[in-house]
Amino acid sequence: MIELIEVRKKYNRLEVLKGISTKFNQSECIALIGPNGCGKTTLIKSILGMVLPDSGEITFNNKSIFNETDYRNYIGYMPQIGKYPENMSIGQIVEMMKELRGSHLSFDEDLYKEYKLDQILNKRMRTLSGGTTQKVSAALAFMFNPLVYILDEPTAGLDPISAEILKDKMLLEKSNGKLILITSHLLSDLDELVSEIVFMQEGELLIHQTVDELKTKTGEEKLSKAISTILKEQLI
Amino acid sequence: MNRIIKFVILDILRNKIILFYTLLLAILSFSMFSLEDNESKGLLSLLNLILLNVPLVAIIFSTIYIYNSSEFIELLISQPIKRNKIWISLFLGLNTSLVISFIIGAGIPILLYSPNLIGIILIIIGCIISVIFTSLAFLCSIISRDKAKGIGMSILIWLFFSLLFDGLIMFLLFQLADYPLENWIAIIAALNPIDLSRIVILLQLDLSAMLGFTGAVFKQTFGTSWGILISSSLLILWMIIPFMISLIKFNKKDH
Repeated sequence: MIELIEVRKKYNRLEVLKGISTKFNQSECIALIGPNGCGKTTLIKSILGMVLPDSGEITFNNKSIFNETDYRNYIGYMPQIGKYPENMSIGQIVEMMKELRGSHLSFDEDLYKEYKLDQILNKRMRTLSGGTTQKVSAALAFMFNPLVYILDEPTAGLDPISAEILKDKMLLEKSNGKLILITSHLLSDLDELVSEIVFMQEGELLIHQTVDELKTKTGEEKLSKAISTILKEQLI
Repeated sequence: MNRIIKFVILDILRNKIILFYTLLLAILSFSMFSLEDNESKGLLSLLNLILLNVPLVAIIFSTIYIYNSSEFIELLISQPIKRNKIWISLFLGLNTSLVISFIIGAGIPILLYSPNLIGIILIIIGCIISVIFTSLAFLCSIISRDKAKGIGMSILIWLFFSLLFDGLIMFLLFQLADYPLENWIAIIAALNPIDLSRIVILLQLDLSAMLGFTGAVFKQTFGTSWGILISSSLLILWMIIPFMISLIKFNKKDH
């Protein structure tokens, strides 16, 4: 569904992506993990067209995304830190996004309702706490029934109950055959959800394996342990 | 595209500054016309005030507005909307609001007191100057990611074009008085949109004494009708070019 071929990106002299090639398929839940500053967010933003790679190619359903925008109709994106116009209220933001994405779609308002955002529609974005802003981001990412969900640290600012609601929603969408791409460094969070692991370090892709493969290979039951075992092997 | 323009205009209207600007223009225009006993004198004083204030408000308001919209822009960029469309809509939205408030604030008094060709040209010039300095504001805010730097740059641009430029040309001419450089100076004068607008109006009024130094040279070199033609087309270039450069840069920017 999404394919990356030798994607490279430099910020000034700092090489953030050093030739990433990989492929993400439908009905998978892929966890992008790695230490801070390893290029996870840059990789995600390149897929979204927010960051423009220096070289390489990214395709969505076998079509290059270069200079394209329509493919974003099929992506729901939840940023790490949601930034919204401060003077707009939640209701206005939701209305605006609905208008921009086209009102002919049927809207998926599960999260919107479960987070009770409809009760605080008049609150302005600048008055919201970080967690509530994250809830707005999550609700917007899931609202337009996309084929692909790209979630950047989705559970980072959320309280445990809200995080649980989000995880259940992700499980449901995965069973609906959607592709889910998550970045996170909290591995314990993802145990039940994730089907493939992509491990990045300093702009390079070290591991891309299914969880089952990882577990049988290392003989570990827990995802976090499996990964640390395989990393140790690689370092040696 | 209309939807984004609509959001921008509604957002600007919610911001009270644009209303103050309209009010300020109205007060200035009415007082200029009532202070002077004849209408063309009033028009001239108003012209000078407009050429001082309108660029200042247009460039600084727009620069600050673009920086404050960075979240809005980032939100739109991750959506299925072309980058060109986002930037152009922002430009059109800002211009529409500034031009409308100029037409209400200054246009109505001008049409009341001086309903003739010159009055209409003054209104058009005011709108053009608003667009030019908004266009420059887009350039400033795309060049630097830092808000303070961007606003500083836009203040410098305003200061340069409205105050320093004429003096600089005068200085050059006196220094190089021994050489026949008038034609070159006329071309250099064309590099200042504020001078250009003044020249357009004053060539129209045929008041050489008020032309200012660059204007006088301009008239001598190009004559009246050519002068108006050339200066108007240069003004159009000033509206388009800074914005086009900023558009190219915006399309290549990482968010």
